Amino acid sequence: MSDETNAQEASPVAAAPEEPGVSAVRLFMTLAVAGAMAGLLIVMVNQFTQPRIIAYKAKMLKLAVTEVLQGPARYDTLYLIDGALTPDLPAGLKPEKQKAIYVGYTEAGEIKGIAIARGESGFQDVVMLIFGIDPATQGLTGMKILASKETPGLGDKIYKDLDFVQQFFEGPTVPLLGVKIGAGDGAPNEIDMITGATISSRAVIRIINNAVTEWEPFFENLDKKPVAARGETK
Amino acid sequence: MRTTTPKEDFTRGIWRENPVFLQMLGLCPALAVTNTVENAIAMGLATFFVLFCSSLLVSSCKSFIPHEVRISTYILIIATFVTLADMVLEAVVPEVHKELGAFIALIVVNCMILGRQEAFASKKPVGRSLLDATGTGIGFLIAMLMMGGFREVLGMGTFLGFELFGPSYEPWVVMILPAGGFLTLGFIMLGFGYYEQRKIAKAKEMSDVEGRVTS
Amino acid sequence: MTDKALHVTASPHIRAADDTPTIMWSVVMSLAPVVGASIYFFGPSALLVILASCAGVLLVERFFGTSGGKSLFDGSAVITGVLLGLTLPPGFPLWMAFLGGAFGMAFGKLIFGGLGQNIFNPALLGRAFLQAAFPVAITTWTVPTENWLSLRGDNFAFPLMSPSLADGMTGATPLGLMKFEQISTEILPLFWGSTSGSVGETSTLFILLGGIYLAARNHLNWRIPASIFLTVAVMAGGIHFYDNSYPGPLFMLCSGGLMLGAVYMATDMVTSPVTNLGSWIFGFGIGFLVVVIRLWGGLPEGVMYSILLMNALVPFINRATQPRVFGTGTQRQEGAAS
Repeated sequence: MSDETNAQEASPVAAAPEEPGVSAVRLFMTLAVAGAMAGLLIVMVNQFTQPRIIAYKAKMLKLAVTEVLQGPARYDTLYLIDGALTPDLPAGLKPEKQKAIYVGYTEAGEIKGIAIARGESGFQDVVMLIFGIDPATQGLTGMKILASKETPGLGDKIYKDLDFVQQFFEGPTVPLLGVKIGAGDGAPNEIDMITGATISSRAVIRIINNAVTEWEPFFENLDKKPVAARGETK
Repeated sequence: MRTTTPKEDFTRGIWRENPVFLQMLGLCPALAVTNTVENAIAMGLATFFVLFCSSLLVSSCKSFIPHEVRISTYILIIATFVTLADMVLEAVVPEVHKELGAFIALIVVNCMILGRQEAFASKKPVGRSLLDATGTGIGFLIAMLMMGGFREVLGMGTFLGFELFGPSYEPWVVMILPAGGFLTLGFIMLGFGYYEQRKIAKAKEMSDVEGRVTS
Repeated sequence: MTDKALHVTASPHIRAADDTPTIMWSVVMSLAPVVGASIYFFGPSALLVILASCAGVLLVERFFGTSGGKSLFDGSAVITGVLLGLTLPPGFPLWMAFLGGAFGMAFGKLIFGGLGQNIFNPALLGRAFLQAAFPVAITTWTVPTENWLSLRGDNFAFPLMSPSLADGMTGATPLGLMKFEQISTEILPLFWGSTSGSVGETSTLFILLGGIYLAARNHLNWRIPASIFLTVAVMAGGIHFYDNSYPGPLFMLCSGGLMLGAVYMATDMVTSPVTNLGSWIFGFGIGFLVVVIRLWGGLPEGVMYSILLMNALVPFINRATQPRVFGTGTQRQEGAAS
């Protein structure tokens, strides 16, 4: 507004001798042009990279879901919108921002299992994992750690110790119970914990139990057929 | 200010005025993402790319950029290239990008890059600026490689994933944790300090001898 | 000019018999029963671990020490080596113990300028490094075996290589049992020392005896261990009274490294406060942190981190508790203002 007064006030102090005639318009224009060019460049590169990034993320998710559901024929992504599960995402909502579960079906169109992703604090930082559960038997079908920063050599055994991981593929029932190796009595819900990584193993078990508690109410009313086979009823 | 030859512009940043170990610039990435050689190289190359392109652009546009908004303009230019590097890395090498995480975006605030723009590229011709940026970028890459190599070899017993000591090697876990970054940086700067001190002591000895001879 | 020279020196004129080597060696002597007990409980492995960490400490002191090796004989380096050895598990590979000693000495003490200049207890710094570097090896505890002469683990693992571990040799410490299995241990074995744990941490009795001897000779500030014990006892007692599932005060006092830490490490003259009030604050801080880490932290034991954290605060404690010279203080400020 009042460039002149500003300049008058500033001049005795700063005494800016170089380029006294630069106007505010010129400064503004410089930044605007630079910003516009920068934006243009970024948008151009984004056109090229964005599809690849999305494709990669989708591929990784698909791999994980397929693994923990032990190879379903197909699976549907159900989003939790306003307290109900729906395969259709309302316009304007980003799929990766919504809470969702992945329901896997067999060739015959029966529910094979439900994959749920969840993150909670482990020993160092948040442990993010995805696991599959068969709602009929309440048994797990698999578990995969998606992201963790657990201590290398100790806590990272939750995904490097294959004996530990394998247990989750052998149908332990929920709620899981962590026991010391050799201390269990053979109950179907027991998981042998990792020696030296008790906290991280407990975190995995806790995350799964919490996720089941949260999602269990929805298991009852799941559509028994995949979306594609359901017709136009919805 | 002493004038420099083009050769000096290039070689200075590589070792004698190494941005990390002697100028103490760019310490944030040097500490944070040097836990493996692969991460260190990716970070070093991304930084090199941003530094090179920014120097090129700043140096060639320096006569159009008003003095009052130069810092904002430099940051805008740097931020653009950082965003580009971020997106390209995520699309091409998603695994590495996941490891580096937010630190790619933080190249924007790497004072080494802004420092080169303000101190050199905005005053010198394009060719010289590129020499300077290349030298500094290589120096940064070397520093990252030294730290990454030291940490990965001790912390995992591997170099670029290649096993060095056989399967029964006991990894020094601390080296790939954040504490290991500080330890490694300390070790290397200890070496630089020791070397400097020796050089000064030697120079003094020489001048003492000369003084005695002449007197 | 007269032949007789009159020597005039500044005060103090009274010389005490205690100098640094005297005090340091008396600390080493007071550790002898602790070392003896550790050998009794853990066999030759205990002695090997202590010797290895001493070797690391002394070698670094010899080659990088400020006085070119003379400081080897003032006893302070030996204390660091023995204390570090006492905090390690008996089956610890010797090359790791050596490395810990060398690291603790170089980066805990010499890098600050040698004896009297360091901020952190060098033995604990060495252990903190080992804990961060080799988290598996340092939490591998062996159970007492039948044959006293047998090693309690793979002490002779080749340098840089992992120790091989036979099955059935490992057990949990009383604190680990408490934290992860909610199993308490009897107080008497804890007091006597026949539980699994670090080489020199298990025997409450011998550590206390050594501490009393040192306190009687005025070589350690009794206020520090006293305030640590008091804080831990009161806090643990209160929590135990409120909720029975938490361990009781006697268990907290006798288990883990609390005794060794409170008596021998927190009282390190270089890294503890110089004022009496400061000592009480220092001890209170350590006790508080120990209870918090043990009960609610991720690790079963927190003595090492508690002492290191409070070490860092010592300069501030010293400044805050600096006694005023009589007659100065608020009045001086008023005088200065007017």
